[in-house]
Amino acid sequence: MALVLNEEQVMLKDAAAGFLAERATVAHQRALRDSEDTTGFDAAVWKEMAEMGWAGIAIPEEFGGLGYGYTGLGLVLEQAGRNLSASPLQSTVLVGATAVAQLGTAAQKEALLPAIAAGETLVTLALQEGAHHAPAATAAVATKSGEGFVINAEKRLVLDAHVADQFVVIARTSGTPGTESGLSAFLVPANAEGVSVDRRSMVDSHNAGTVTFAEVSLPADALMGELDGAWAGLSRTLDIANVGLASELLGLSTEAFERTVEYLKERKQFGHIIGSFQGLQHRAAELFAELELSRSIVLQALHAVDADSDKLSLLASAAKAKLCEVAQRATNEGVQMHGGIGMTDEHEIGFFIKRARVAQHTFGDYNYHLDRYAEQVGF
Amino acid sequence: MSDLDQFRQETRAWLEENCPETMRVPVKGFDDLYNGGRNPEIDHPDQKVWCDRMAERGWTVPHWPREYGGGGLDKDEVKVLREEMARISARSPLDSFGISMLGPALLQFGNEEQKKEHLPPICRGEIRWCQGYSEPNAGSDLASLQTRADDHGDHYLINGQKVWTSYADKADWIFCLVRTDNSGTKHEGISFVLFDMAQSGVEARPIKLISGSSPFCETFFDDARAEKRNLVGEEGKGWTIAKYLLTHEREMISGFGAAPKKSLGESAADIMGRDSEGRLVNGILRQSLAQYQLDALAFAATMSRVGDEVKAGQGLGAASSIFKYYGTELNKRRNELNLQVYGEPAVGWDGEAYNNGTLARDWLRSKGNSIEGGTSEVQLNIVAKRVLGLPDA
Repeated sequence: MALVLNEEQVMLKDAAAGFLAERATVAHQRALRDSEDTTGFDAAVWKEMAEMGWAGIAIPEEFGGLGYGYTGLGLVLEQAGRNLSASPLQSTVLVGATAVAQLGTAAQKEALLPAIAAGETLVTLALQEGAHHAPAATAAVATKSGEGFVINAEKRLVLDAHVADQFVVIARTSGTPGTESGLSAFLVPANAEGVSVDRRSMVDSHNAGTVTFAEVSLPADALMGELDGAWAGLSRTLDIANVGLASELLGLSTEAFERTVEYLKERKQFGHIIGSFQGLQHRAAELFAELELSRSIVLQALHAVDADSDKLSLLASAAKAKLCEVAQRATNEGVQMHGGIGMTDEHEIGFFIKRARVAQHTFGDYNYHLDRYAEQVGF
Repeated sequence: MSDLDQFRQETRAWLEENCPETMRVPVKGFDDLYNGGRNPEIDHPDQKVWCDRMAERGWTVPHWPREYGGGGLDKDEVKVLREEMARISARSPLDSFGISMLGPALLQFGNEEQKKEHLPPICRGEIRWCQGYSEPNAGSDLASLQTRADDHGDHYLINGQKVWTSYADKADWIFCLVRTDNSGTKHEGISFVLFDMAQSGVEARPIKLISGSSPFCETFFDDARAEKRNLVGEEGKGWTIAKYLLTHEREMISGFGAAPKKSLGESAADIMGRDSEGRLVNGILRQSLAQYQLDALAFAATMSRVGDEVKAGQGLGAASSIFKYYGTELNKRRNELNLQVYGEPAVGWDGEAYNNGTLARDWLRSKGNSIEGGTSEVQLNIVAKRVLGLPDA
């Protein structure tokens, strides 16, 4: 697959850029934060996104989606990254729908994917337990009880937890923590008895929460796919989630960089535009090079998803690791090169460094993915 | 059968018949390439046979027009020819600066007479060229070059010194940047001239590097003669051609950064061992290797992306401006890692135990990659000013 966008993709990208730059900007995000909005995103904007088909962008047409593939979704996420737009694009479109598609039974897909595509249902993954992403270390237990199951778990960094309708919960049905086999996925409605959500305040002011599942009873058909056999589908879901987050980080880093370069062209000190200083020019030029590499590896990873490449895991970890590194550098340089004004809450550059770190951490940070990449390439 | 299939069949048959068996083994390195010239360095007589046979069909430079000695093949045919050559591991019949550097410049900027005079001997491997650019006081600041060309009616007399002239001691002709006018800005008054090296006013002395012997020379001109008809483009407008060729050269050098087949990390694990989880035992080195390999992967993806963008008619995007800088820095990183991975044998200088010091010499030579053809610092200046639009000091 050539590493260029086709006409349909370019139109989608332009449409997303136009819409989000008007309706879901950093200023909107600031307003949501300052008003302590109870939803955490603008429901009217989300409705419009869904009307444009974005909620079902990567969902196959047979389930009511657009069938544009993940390259299409990546382009929208990149624009969301540029604008720091808060919406269920990450929790539900990128991760939730993918988890259902990868892990769900035919009946679960029938029931959920069209509702997600219509923007009517929010589905999110409940996976992480400790301070770090470590899917194989999952210790939460689901035990057989009659025909069904009982789950006990405490899951953190659950995206859009407090507004989600359904959770895809990963729990251990056999084996010991640290092993990949013995994990199962369950579909748990938010209103099931024993489910409690604690909305958490994160540094990026985007939605996340801790969800406690206390003796939650589930019917047999809550099981997604095979008992003990969630690992392959979960892995693929996480690979796709990380490629999507890398796309968001690409947009975020590019925007932070471009804003910083503009600032370098305006700010005067010592009687000169500071962008004329070679010390700053070379740092900016090096960052430009890293951003070009980032764009390439993200596009290659998106294509790997859509082409069902056997190199997906390798490329997903490569893309996420690279974008964690570059987003960190771009946002750090963004604050440093803005100087004192960059430290103020009034200036928007601070919003970029905050969102970057949460997105970096989500589903595995630089250390996790660089380590996994090295494993994937044989050392 | 399509025309292209027909072409493939004929090409395959011709190659089978005409490519000597000795020319169906991979080259061992730069020294193993055939460069032609008046006094060609020949390791095996078949090199000349193979070159002559290919040249007769214009296939030493298959994409150049037939009227100038090329093959007149279109892109698809060139691809087929390369594939068919690769199929039998046929060597490139001829490699030279004439093909890679001067030819493209002449096709773009030369007049008809110059193309007719100089391109066919390049295709036939009869004349070997070198490039006279850098001077002792004009490295990164190439445009401040001072080698003088004085007007003597139908010819110029050249006086001055060039440095880093690759293979000047083996070349027959030189394409050279000279100053024909000192009155304007430093970029004005530079001219691009061609002249024969076999004359008494030209002397080339090889330079020994930290990596040992090298193809580089110092080249001295003392009333060397260049005919006016061999002035390429207008007098005083040579900088345009120089820039064109520099861009071309940078693209060639940046190719050194491409990721190799077997990962260095795997080699490291073979040499140093793995832990019970299969990881390279030294975690610090493992991280450096993973970072290097990840960047090499992303760089290769960027080369592909830019290539695909050009094919899709989007033109050469801004990303290409980083190739020279990033590719050479990557190559230096790889060479430093080689020393760490291979250990003692990698710091051996001579003798069979050290493969004649190949690793060490490559490592030392790689230091020049970010200096030659425009230093990394100059490349970053270019990105900052031309791509990012940052102002001059």
